[in-house]
Amino acid sequence: MDLTVHRGELFVLLGGSGSGKTTLLRAIGGFVRPDAGAIVLNGADLGRMPPHRRPVNTVFQSGALFPHLSVAANIAFGPRQRGMKRTAVAARVEELLALVRLEGFGGRRPSELSGGQQQRVALARGLAAEPSLLLLDEPLAALDRGLRADTAAELVALQKRLGTTFILVTHDQNEALTMADRIGVMRAGRMAQVGTPREVFETPANRFVAEFMGVTNLWKGTVGGDGMTMDVPLLSAAIRLAAPTAAGPAAVGVRAERIRIGAVSGGNQLRGVPERSVYSGETVTHAIRLGQNGIVFVTEPAHGAAHLDGEVTLSFPPSACLVFPR
Amino acid sequence: MTFSRGLSLGLSWLWLALFSILPLSIVLAIALARPADTVPPFSFGFDPGNLAAAASDPLYRAALWLSLRTAAITTVGCLLIGYPMALAIALMPERCRATLLLAMMLPFWTGFLMRINAWIGMLRDDGWINGALVLLGFAPARLLYTGAALWIGMIYTYLPFMVLPVYARLAKLDPLLLEAAADLGASPLRAFLRVTLPLSVPGIAAGVALVFIPATGEFVIPDLLGGPGARLIGRVLWEEFFNNRDWPMAASLAMLLLASMVLLPLAAWRILVRRGFAV
Repeated sequence: MDLTVHRGELFVLLGGSGSGKTTLLRAIGGFVRPDAGAIVLNGADLGRMPPHRRPVNTVFQSGALFPHLSVAANIAFGPRQRGMKRTAVAARVEELLALVRLEGFGGRRPSELSGGQQQRVALARGLAAEPSLLLLDEPLAALDRGLRADTAAELVALQKRLGTTFILVTHDQNEALTMADRIGVMRAGRMAQVGTPREVFETPANRFVAEFMGVTNLWKGTVGGDGMTMDVPLLSAAIRLAAPTAAGPAAVGVRAERIRIGAVSGGNQLRGVPERSVYSGETVTHAIRLGQNGIVFVTEPAHGAAHLDGEVTLSFPPSACLVFPR
Repeated sequence: MTFSRGLSLGLSWLWLALFSILPLSIVLAIALARPADTVPPFSFGFDPGNLAAAASDPLYRAALWLSLRTAAITTVGCLLIGYPMALAIALMPERCRATLLLAMMLPFWTGFLMRINAWIGMLRDDGWINGALVLLGFAPARLLYTGAALWIGMIYTYLPFMVLPVYARLAKLDPLLLEAAADLGASPLRAFLRVTLPLSVPGIAAGVALVFIPATGEFVIPDLLGGPGARLIGRVLWEEFFNNRDWPMAASLAMLLLASMVLLPLAAWRILVRRGFAV
């Protein structure tokens, strides 16, 4: 793996469980020793440095706040260990409490705070010693859904204001897309793709990333000699592609939202029989059967969604086709 | 209140009344009685003179002081040896811990007097320790019936009562907290002092209470290892009761001992709480 994170960037490591994202974070923090390779921060190799000497702080998933210390003492822990004067520490603690909007909570014990407040204290504690790099391990996982979006937005605003480099680990693609400057999608200890949210979402580098980013229609096929059509046996159809592609076996992916019900001229058209529809609030996803075993998923806004009956025509433009070598 | 709750509460209170409050009241009544040449050797009354004598007589005071001092040395010794033991066991992989705890408890399955006799064999003038000293070219030392022998026996006997509660506390400690401390720049020593140690205070407090309280009243070990100079309160009490047959004085000494054993740890605990060590 070769990964460069830029100064002042909010970089998100995205991957399923067991993809190695947390291990990578722990290696940067110094809790796991890599067998080989180097971890370089601002030109200094962190490789053999014990965790307490690294200019890196971590916000742990559970918060890992010290239960026997007050909120203020928790935040003061880092600066105190780095040798900051008592009076300066007190001022710094007040500054950070204000930053995470917990003024007046300094005297409380962590157990007296809500989950969201604890997470904010953990963030303040991580930032207190002014690390050149802050690592965040699923910082929003412990929060309930309503709170998560707000906290994510606050976290991004805070990161932009401070200019501290953040590396954040998450398994939630939505969280990654909304927060990241750049995303590194991980799979089995390797980087499957590194890019901006838009790049990763719109032009996934391979089938794995496509699937992870929610491309539900993925079909195997063969690109013809002209490089502009692909034969998909499962759908018994030839699909037109937008850009010339090397001939041979490949896979094509089409997002369910890019497929329309009804004929649209100039696009690929398929005909199939609706099998079932799944309503999920804002959208409805139809599963349309093509031929013997082909299933095409089509997602449309729930408001005004048609009730499907009998054979339907599906259309999608060639530009919606993502082609991956097999 | 449900019936079963009432029953269990009632039974607890009955137990407490029968086996704690009642005997204590009898001891207090005897302490306030007058000695007499009868069987049993006292007549009930209200005579606070025995209690006053127990508290003021220099002989008894010396015995009480020696007991508290010996118990304090025992407690500190147990803490200094027991805490690192407990920490070492808690840091071991989970599958080794039970074996190590068992290894620590194993000697205590043999009879208590057997083990103290074994120590006499080792500490004697011609015992194993002196034999080893002579073999190494040192002069033999007088060990048995000294303060050192007493302390060795006490610390040896009470060690598990320190290790177990401290271990129980340390084993529950979230290792992530130590990672967090290291992450925030604390060296392993600092992390121990600022996280592990404060969080194990309740275990230490329990261990201190479990060692200090029975060690204060101990009279078998001083009798066997400490020699005639080790006039601890437990021994003095024994003598008053069985040799002098002065039951009111023995009962007064028992009350005094009880008071000092209840009040001292209570005061220590309050200081800890006030200073914010105890969670």
